[in-house]
Amino acid sequence: MDLKLKYYLQIADNALILSHRLSEYCSRAPFLEEDLANTNVALDLIGIAEATLEQAAIIQGKGLSGDDLAYRRPENEFYNTLLVEQPNKDFAYIVVRQFLTDAYHVAFFSELTKSKDPFLSALAYKSIKEVTYHLRRSSEWMVRLGDGTEEAHVKVQTALDSLWKFAKEFFKETDADIFMQNKGFGADLSKVETAWNQKIREIYIMATLKYPPLNDSQVYGGKEGKHSEYLGHILAEMQFLPNKYPDAKW
Amino acid sequence: MLTQTINEEKLLAEFEAKINAEIKIEPKDWMPDEYRKHLIRQMSQHAHSEVIGMQPEGNWITRAPSLRSKKILLAKIQDEGGHGLYLYSAAETLGVSRDQFIQWLHEGKAKYSSVFNYPTLNWADIGAIGWLVDGAAITNQVSLQRTSYGPYSRAMVRICKEESFHQRQGYEIMWRMMEGTVDQQKMAQDAIDRWWWPALMMFGPHDTDSPRTSLAMKWRIKRESNDQLREKFINKTISQAEIIGLKVPDPNLIRNEDGTFKHGDINWDEFWQVVGGNGPCNQQRLEHHFNVHKEGAWVRESAIAYNIKHTNNQ
Repeated sequence: MDLKLKYYLQIADNALILSHRLSEYCSRAPFLEEDLANTNVALDLIGIAEATLEQAAIIQGKGLSGDDLAYRRPENEFYNTLLVEQPNKDFAYIVVRQFLTDAYHVAFFSELTKSKDPFLSALAYKSIKEVTYHLRRSSEWMVRLGDGTEEAHVKVQTALDSLWKFAKEFFKETDADIFMQNKGFGADLSKVETAWNQKIREIYIMATLKYPPLNDSQVYGGKEGKHSEYLGHILAEMQFLPNKYPDAKW
Repeated sequence: MLTQTINEEKLLAEFEAKINAEIKIEPKDWMPDEYRKHLIRQMSQHAHSEVIGMQPEGNWITRAPSLRSKKILLAKIQDEGGHGLYLYSAAETLGVSRDQFIQWLHEGKAKYSSVFNYPTLNWADIGAIGWLVDGAAITNQVSLQRTSYGPYSRAMVRICKEESFHQRQGYEIMWRMMEGTVDQQKMAQDAIDRWWWPALMMFGPHDTDSPRTSLAMKWRIKRESNDQLREKFINKTISQAEIIGLKVPDPNLIRNEDGTFKHGDINWDEFWQVVGGNGPCNQQRLEHHFNVHKEGAWVRESAIAYNIKHTNNQ
């Protein structure tokens, strides 16, 4: 696998799969304004995924499109983290998953603005505005839930304790991360992790949540194409029409 | 008592003079109870329709067949939710809260457009909803931009701009499918076969059977009758169908000499069945809304508790 291509897919797949999870939540938010905000984040993430997949298709050089990469790739060639494919168990899980990812996206794209790869640098500059807004929203929800009612506090703490094992895969270096970083194309993941940790700690304190969680052990695999049982179902649904009607253009 | 009656007569005369002079009625103006009640019913029904309509369309976001179509559908559904918000806000100017509107919906005291009680079964249904359902809605809403109640009229101006995009995106889906494979063409025809009649029913019963129409027309809440609007919709839509090779499922359709159309009989039994709660998805749509609202209570309560805590600490 071309390591530059894999790096692009890591970025695109996190956005695409998280967007899919948020899309599932459409018409299910606790109130209408939140439904719109949720859909808006899903839309921003699709934008990041689409731009990156189109560029990835060019790098791949097989005459495929961004859509082909989204709709015709097998599960073990997706490189998103395990976190973003976790299901919408309840609003607390959605907020925690979003917050952990948003904090990563802000730290990651901030570093990626320094990339010598003109596409990645441009993508980072464009995306940073969007993901900064996403982080503001999810941080506010962390605090409202953590420091609101007792019931919400318990729910958000439970979600956090449950999802924490997937939180640090963003910083688990793959061969693609190392290759791109050495070339000056990729973000320095140690710096990204430091910035991420700082933000996480700040919001934990504001939200009166326990930090760090008691169990800090981590589960990895997504960035190497080894996923949870959830991704297969996500792709079965997402790729259904192109799989069933391979000759159709939509 | 007599003074009160004389006063009311005077207020009513002033109110009707404003309506006749095309001056908008604003929230703080005096208005007859019947006018207020009619608007509360109509505007909340309109707001609920926008929100409930997110469900059948949301059914296809995760299966949208391209990234572009997924983006468009997400943005469209977001627009519809936004329309719900403007309309709830406009309706709240009549003195009823959004919570109350939602409670009435859950209690079955408020309705939403019956068209959303039909299922979305294939991708072309997303095209058909944009083209036919939003197309029918626009025909009505263009007219409502001139409605006599100011907040409703202004909400409609904004909504119409977005709805016209929705109609075009729906038509584009149908057009692309009709240019595509035989399977895609079948899906498109299947969608129009199922959505054509429900779209025509969206305009409501014939004028002769529509009890509320005359007062609403007199006070210019409605500007055109159900049948007039339905005819407008049919006349513009049939040629759009023909251009891309779709057939309207009406064996009794008559093409008049002046190029307009006369549709066959509408199945009003089906219409009243669906209005009465017995459509294919009535229970599903309402249960979804009810359950989501109930499941979200702890989130709303926490947001309020946080606000109170931090407002008091300041």
